[in-house]
Amino acid sequence: MNETLLLQLSAIILFLPLLGFVLLIFFGKRIPKAHAVENFLIFVGLVLSIIVAFGKISFFNDQKIVYEFQWLSFGNIPLIGYTGIKFGIMLDNVTVLMQFVVMLISFVVHLFSVKYMEGDLRYTRYFAYLGIFTFSMLGIVVTHNFLMMYIFWELVGLSSYLLIGFWFEKKSASDAAKKAFIVNRIGDIGFFLGILILYVNYRTFSFNEIFTQISLGNLPFGSSAWLTASGILIFCGAVGKSAQFPLHVWLPDAMEGPTPVSALIHAATMVAAGVYLIAKVFVMLTADALLVIAYIGAITAFISATIAITQNDIKKVLAYSTVSQLGYMIMALGVGAYTVAFFHLVTHAFFKACLFLGSGSVIHAMHHEQDIRYLGGLRKKMPYTYYTFLISTLAISGVPFTSGFLSKDGILGGTLAFANLTGYWLLPIIGFLVASLTAFYMFRLVILTFHGEARDRHKFEHAHESPATMVLPLAILAVLSIFIFYTPNPFNADAGWFTKWVKTPSTIVPQNQAFGFMIKESGEHSEDIVAHSLQYTEALHHAHSQAMYISLLVAGLGILFAFVIYQWRKISADNLAQKLKPLYNFSLNKWYFDELYDKTAVTFTIVLSRISAWFDAKIIDGIVDGTASLTRVSAFGTGKFDNVVIDGFVNFTAYFTGFFGLIFRRLQTGKVQTYLVMVLSGLVILFFILRSL
Amino acid sequence: MELQSFYNIAPILIISILSLIVLLIEAFYKKSEIIIYWVTIIGSIGTALFSILTMDAQFLNFSGTLHSGGITNFFYFIFLLTVGLVTIVTKNYLLKINFHHGEFYILLLFSALGMMIMAASRDLMLTFLGLELMSVCFYVLAGFNRKKLLNNEASLKYFLLGAFATGILLYGIALIYGSAKTTNITTIVGSFPALLSNIVFDVGLLMLLIGFSFKIAAFPFHMWVPDVYDGSPTNVTAFMSTAGKTAAFSALIVSFYGSTIEPNSFSNFSALIATLATCSMLFGSIVALAQTNLKRMLAYSSIAHAGYMLIGLAAANKLGLSGIIFYLTVYTFMNLGAFILVSLNEDSADKRVTLDDFAGLGTQKPSLAALMSIFMFGLAGLPPFGGFFGKYYVFISAIEADLTWLAIIGVLSSVISAYFYLRVIVYMYFREVQITWQSKYSFAENFVLSLSVLFILQMGIFPSTILDLITKYL
Repeated sequence: MNETLLLQLSAIILFLPLLGFVLLIFFGKRIPKAHAVENFLIFVGLVLSIIVAFGKISFFNDQKIVYEFQWLSFGNIPLIGYTGIKFGIMLDNVTVLMQFVVMLISFVVHLFSVKYMEGDLRYTRYFAYLGIFTFSMLGIVVTHNFLMMYIFWELVGLSSYLLIGFWFEKKSASDAAKKAFIVNRIGDIGFFLGILILYVNYRTFSFNEIFTQISLGNLPFGSSAWLTASGILIFCGAVGKSAQFPLHVWLPDAMEGPTPVSALIHAATMVAAGVYLIAKVFVMLTADALLVIAYIGAITAFISATIAITQNDIKKVLAYSTVSQLGYMIMALGVGAYTVAFFHLVTHAFFKACLFLGSGSVIHAMHHEQDIRYLGGLRKKMPYTYYTFLISTLAISGVPFTSGFLSKDGILGGTLAFANLTGYWLLPIIGFLVASLTAFYMFRLVILTFHGEARDRHKFEHAHESPATMVLPLAILAVLSIFIFYTPNPFNADAGWFTKWVKTPSTIVPQNQAFGFMIKESGEHSEDIVAHSLQYTEALHHAHSQAMYISLLVAGLGILFAFVIYQWRKISADNLAQKLKPLYNFSLNKWYFDELYDKTAVTFTIVLSRISAWFDAKIIDGIVDGTASLTRVSAFGTGKFDNVVIDGFVNFTAYFTGFFGLIFRRLQTGKVQTYLVMVLSGLVILFFILRSL
Repeated sequence: MELQSFYNIAPILIISILSLIVLLIEAFYKKSEIIIYWVTIIGSIGTALFSILTMDAQFLNFSGTLHSGGITNFFYFIFLLTVGLVTIVTKNYLLKINFHHGEFYILLLFSALGMMIMAASRDLMLTFLGLELMSVCFYVLAGFNRKKLLNNEASLKYFLLGAFATGILLYGIALIYGSAKTTNITTIVGSFPALLSNIVFDVGLLMLLIGFSFKIAAFPFHMWVPDVYDGSPTNVTAFMSTAGKTAAFSALIVSFYGSTIEPNSFSNFSALIATLATCSMLFGSIVALAQTNLKRMLAYSSIAHAGYMLIGLAAANKLGLSGIIFYLTVYTFMNLGAFILVSLNEDSADKRVTLDDFAGLGTQKPSLAALMSIFMFGLAGLPPFGGFFGKYYVFISAIEADLTWLAIIGVLSSVISAYFYLRVIVYMYFREVQITWQSKYSFAENFVLSLSVLFILQMGIFPSTILDLITKYL
């Protein structure tokens, strides 16, 4: 096992899905069972990614393995100097873990889709799209520079557009695809500006080179404000992709895509790209930028959790829950809890993919019934789906012995420690509130879907457990939601391997721009402390147990409340909704974000385009028309002028051009003699030019 | 010592021996065409690969007259690959025009041998020998279909003008020898500054330049190009306009700069070459606008491209020269592809392909239309196709050499030329079908066209891989 091999394997993993895409899109009709080819390629990729992850972590744990090559060289451009663009791959522990997660989720989704999408008109094309999506996502993961990141970022945007709008005959689906694409573009503009600030200053896109420059105190335009600005602008990209407030509106609509797609894109991979991006640039974020990130994350988590409570579409609930959990991860990064943020990304990827695929299984069984008010009692009909769904729900609610408990607890502990040191108490408060809400709406979902009596007898009668190729993915993902894969101690993730492999990197921004606690200090256990002050380690340790008790309490309350209302029906949900009518409507209508944007941004654009159209029609055309009549008036006068002077000139030009044309035509006579005369005269002229120089 | 030299020039030897063997096969077997066809393909492509793999070791052999390895082998690669690709598609073409004879492949091999000698030669006499070997084969190839009047006319015109050009070239060499007392290029280039003050030498160099300008089709020595390109069998045109131009440029680069590039102080010649470049670019682009016959259009475009490449020569810096070679490489594949597509359109020997023949191709033969579009976009110099970087590097080299005005003229001329390249695409996709596509095409054509597209894309998306290779060995 050497570094070159790891890099080669990573490159192979990257291009396998692309190969699948090319084969399926161009030769799909000629290959029998084309989807099997794609599935096989993804499976090979999965195996390779496991090998790479093991190899990297066991042999090169603390190293960054980089391969780069000159992609373009622009030569010596005046005023700028020698310019070129390098492309490359960088493997660190986060990269290889992410690569594995993406490949695993992609593989189970491929497997699940085989039956789920059976009989679809564009079956092969669907798998081709999954291939190009996986390729783009892997590209984001392994890249070593901002430019490639941006290219793959846009490719992810494109492929998610294709997948969300896969059933484009449905207007809602094509609208959702457009919405996702446009909203993402808004964030991407910020991302691009951020990259440009860095490129203009450092003349490189490479992460490592930029970070080295910053750590040497070489700030963009010599000011830390620009560093903060570039950090926040890059975060804009994450706001778009990871569906953070205020650009979170596209994700719930994106549920119009096929359900396995939602599991792939909107649970585990694409939306996690934003979090991954922030993790990549974490070291260059200043305290101000981190604070903005933390608050955006907290606001997102809170807003979407409150919306999820009242939604009736099974996928919408999961969508808002995803937004809320992404907010958690972003908040965790903002408060400097790098390791647990990434930990939550991984655990969330598994249990949320499981939930989405579980909901897909339900939808499949119930003939595309998605409204939980018409579901119910499916526990007996679909035991496998039920139990896997339940395990994942326990995980997302933060019940002990699950992976979600560990990561969520870590995040809450991180915010608590952060508040202790800096005094931003709102963040942990929101964190705990959201934890409680999460437990509540997730159990509401489980109870309404699987418990109680069936509310649509007809569809219920025909419901059945899904086939093995759909249950197996659920089982794999549910099993991965159990603590044992991450740590031997179910109450403390620090004992596990994850925190050993993914360590918080030390910040490189100037000391006065970073949070005090994030500045590196060495202590007695110097090998434990990577990037923090001792004070922070202590605060974190202290906060850990506090956070655990409080989160257990609030999650328990949430679950209890859900059971009281929906299982035992001690309190009527309808009455409660009646009493809290304004609040209920506010939540049900998603805080009126869509309406707000419709009234402001969309209306503004339409008005602007109307104004432009009016300007065009009245002013521009008016000028044209005015000129026309003016011309008509003056035409008579100029007519005379025209006939004599202009025509004379034009005729002269025509004559002149014609003369040249004639000469040129004469030149190509087809007669060798003429040609030779040309050559000789050329020779003589050149000779005189040479002598006169 | 000589044994090692023989090994070093192995590609030249292999091709010479192969040509002779093929000649014998043709003489003694009745149905030899198919054997020759395969021998030529395997021999040329195999030798091409051998040359590119043995680039590393560079030598001067036979008392400094023949260079081997490095950029010379890169040129071998281009020549022989072109021979291979042209051969692959030629069988069907010759069968189509009912004139399938083994001589075609033999002549291709012999002309390739001439080209290789031109690229490797470090002695003016040897360069002349190579040039003549190539040219004589071209004269015959141009009139290959001897039953057709048009072919005969092309051949004769080419021969007459070519003979004249040879005379000028030889006279130039004589003058150079008279003033420099040697024909060894390395020695001559080494004593450039002193020699350039000698008017006899200057005139000799000028005549050498003019002699090569014939072969690269630069204005005002382009006169033969439209008639010969139009009159010759299309596959011959494809070969002449790509490998022939590359060979002439390789010799031109060598005789002006020797094997090692040092910025020479002969600004007079730079200005002269810049003049040639300007005239060629503008003349080629403007006259091509008026052409409806595709082969004539490509002929004038070939003149314009010679102009762009001369920019790199005028700039006379390292980037300029590697830019020319890069340009030549990608130009070879683009032009080859375009001419092959034209030849596919010909259903008989009398057909003269016009724009109307391509009208509506996008609906009739979508894959062919897509390929043609790639070649046209590439020739017009649009990214992400290799043609863009070909132009980019020579323009940048001109700016580096303080010839910004030349780069500006180059860009303007590219803008003009975009019109007639894109017009082909407009005809293919936005016009109604006028003539139904008759001729058939097979795997061979598909293979060659796809390979060309792959090269064009490779050089457009990863230009540095090829450019670095060229720069390293230049």
